[in-house]
Amino acid sequence: MIQTTGKPHAILQFAPMQPFMAEITEIVHEAPNVSTYWLRFFDKGLQDGFHFKAGQFNMLLVPGLGEAAISISSDMEELGRIAHTVRIAGNVTSAISRMSVGDVLGVRGPFGSWWCFEDCIGKDIVIAAGGIGLPPLRPVLYYIMHHRREFGRVIVLYGARTPNDLQFTREYKAWQEAGIEIDVTVDRGDDTWTGRVGVVPILFYNTRLDPKNTVILTCGPEIMIRFVIFEALARRVPPERIFVSLERNMKCGLGSCGHCQIGPYFVCKDGPIFSFDQLQPYVNVEEL
Amino acid sequence: MAEVQTTVGSAVALPKPGLEKLLANLQKMGYQVLGPQIQDEAVVYKALKSVIDLPKGYISQQDAGFYRLVFSGHRRYFDHTHGAQSWKQFFFPSFSELASLKRDEAGRWQVEENEVDLTPLALFGVSPCDLAAIQVQDRIFLREEWKDPLYWARRQSAFILAVNCLHPSGTCFCASMGTGPKANPGFDLCLTELDDIFLAEIGSEAGRLVMEGISVLPTSAFLLQAAQKGLEDASLNMGRSLPDEKELPELLLSNLEAKQWDDVAQRCMSCTSCTQVCPTCFCWDAHDSISLSGQSARRERAWDSCFNPDYNYIVGGNMRPTTRSRYRQWLTHKFGSWYPQFGTSGCVGCGRCITWCPAKIDVTAEIQAIREEVQA
Repeated sequence: MIQTTGKPHAILQFAPMQPFMAEITEIVHEAPNVSTYWLRFFDKGLQDGFHFKAGQFNMLLVPGLGEAAISISSDMEELGRIAHTVRIAGNVTSAISRMSVGDVLGVRGPFGSWWCFEDCIGKDIVIAAGGIGLPPLRPVLYYIMHHRREFGRVIVLYGARTPNDLQFTREYKAWQEAGIEIDVTVDRGDDTWTGRVGVVPILFYNTRLDPKNTVILTCGPEIMIRFVIFEALARRVPPERIFVSLERNMKCGLGSCGHCQIGPYFVCKDGPIFSFDQLQPYVNVEEL
Repeated sequence: MAEVQTTVGSAVALPKPGLEKLLANLQKMGYQVLGPQIQDEAVVYKALKSVIDLPKGYISQQDAGFYRLVFSGHRRYFDHTHGAQSWKQFFFPSFSELASLKRDEAGRWQVEENEVDLTPLALFGVSPCDLAAIQVQDRIFLREEWKDPLYWARRQSAFILAVNCLHPSGTCFCASMGTGPKANPGFDLCLTELDDIFLAEIGSEAGRLVMEGISVLPTSAFLLQAAQKGLEDASLNMGRSLPDEKELPELLLSNLEAKQWDDVAQRCMSCTSCTQVCPTCFCWDAHDSISLSGQSARRERAWDSCFNPDYNYIVGGNMRPTTRSRYRQWLTHKFGSWYPQFGTSGCVGCGRCITWCPAKIDVTAEIQAIREEVQA
């Protein structure tokens, strides 16, 4: 088991907004408008000491443009470099998409809560992800592959808009070989697609769960999360064993700028990962 | 006559001419002294050269959407109550630098060291509610895990001269919030102003040093009683009240769909005024800029507001597109979720948000309306 407290390593206690510069060492195309950027800090001591927990994120800075909160998508146990899988969405991610190997980004982090799957030893795990919601869960998959015997059944339910938009497809085989079940769906098929068509929550209909022993981890569009929770609750999985990762506007990662609040929580600090019982009083309040 | 003891924790009587000496002592000790002064018919806080510049003899008339300074001709320096500004601008300025970066010869971005101005500040005439507001912001910017560098540099070296409030305005409700009219601990020196004399409580070693060489008198029973009476009267003369403040987190957070939110949304203009005058509102936004040459970049922090349309924008949409949702966020945060986040209310009862609301929205009335709606 990797020992990390989840505390931000790339943060100065007395200058928490000061970025640490890192170099892009490799770029891997994942899907249209989605690529994985491998980063390495120039400061070797910082790189060696940089630990994160699955589900945490970094603030990536494009100087002159701004920061974006991006989940870490690499293996917690791989030191020496960190990966972020980025979808082009706004100014900052567009600028990152125009970068090449050797270009420099600012990094602060890691921030936020993590998937508490370490407490789920012996349990069945259902990972339900949509689109760009899979990268924040990839560190979980790495961990499970390294420590497969610690868990019961592991099921990945994943969906994307089209077959082309599915991410990490080259890794599915390795996941399956490690004893991870994977069920994939797309919103719209194409001429070659022979798999399922439909939204992620429908995948629950093909899966038999043991509600007493199942943990759900979900990340994706909020509408998908909503229905994943619905399906999980319908199968009597208790709220405290359903974990969701939320997205909000974030400027600091410190619980300081105020933007990411939902109810009493700062999503950047108390989240991004919440158990559903924490969110229950707030999720059905519109525009909270 | 035996010498009067000036020790930390003691109280002495300070004749009024001593105030100028107090100011001079602070300047001699290297403080940049900031104090209330009249500018554009309102009290603002800025560099104070002499006590002559204080708004002596002025009071303010305040009500929802109403502020007037009135010369009443009395002999007191600190009866003006506060204007729109608060002291937060000095520890948490409306604009400040977060980081600056420069490209090196290889064209790679490097972080430049931030320089923080280390001149210690003396805040000359902080009302009890504003002292409480500073202490609320301490919890936000000085965490166990990190400290805001500018806030930390200025706050830890600052001298606070508090002045107990004997003349609350029409929108004040600090008595309800437990922050005034008498200052809670946290000051270096605290004055209670009577017509010809101050009662001075020494709160720290810095406060004791500042009093050195100033002629003081022992406190008399008469003086202590007059100060006590003044504070009791002030408590009774609050223009507003907010009963059962401790129950508000429960009341507000469990009534997120109250009809009153729709009602207030009809009046609120989402102008952000309340959040800009609030001495505890801390939300900020990061602004990035790059030089024309592309060789240097800056990150700056600016006050933001939960009423701004882009405050809650993420790709895919605005999480709070309506005024109803923004007002609800502001009120439930200030009086409710602030407790679980920071262990205190976000409101100190200064009344600025009421006075400076162009739509005359009164938080105490809105909360009362929600309470009545729930009880009905």
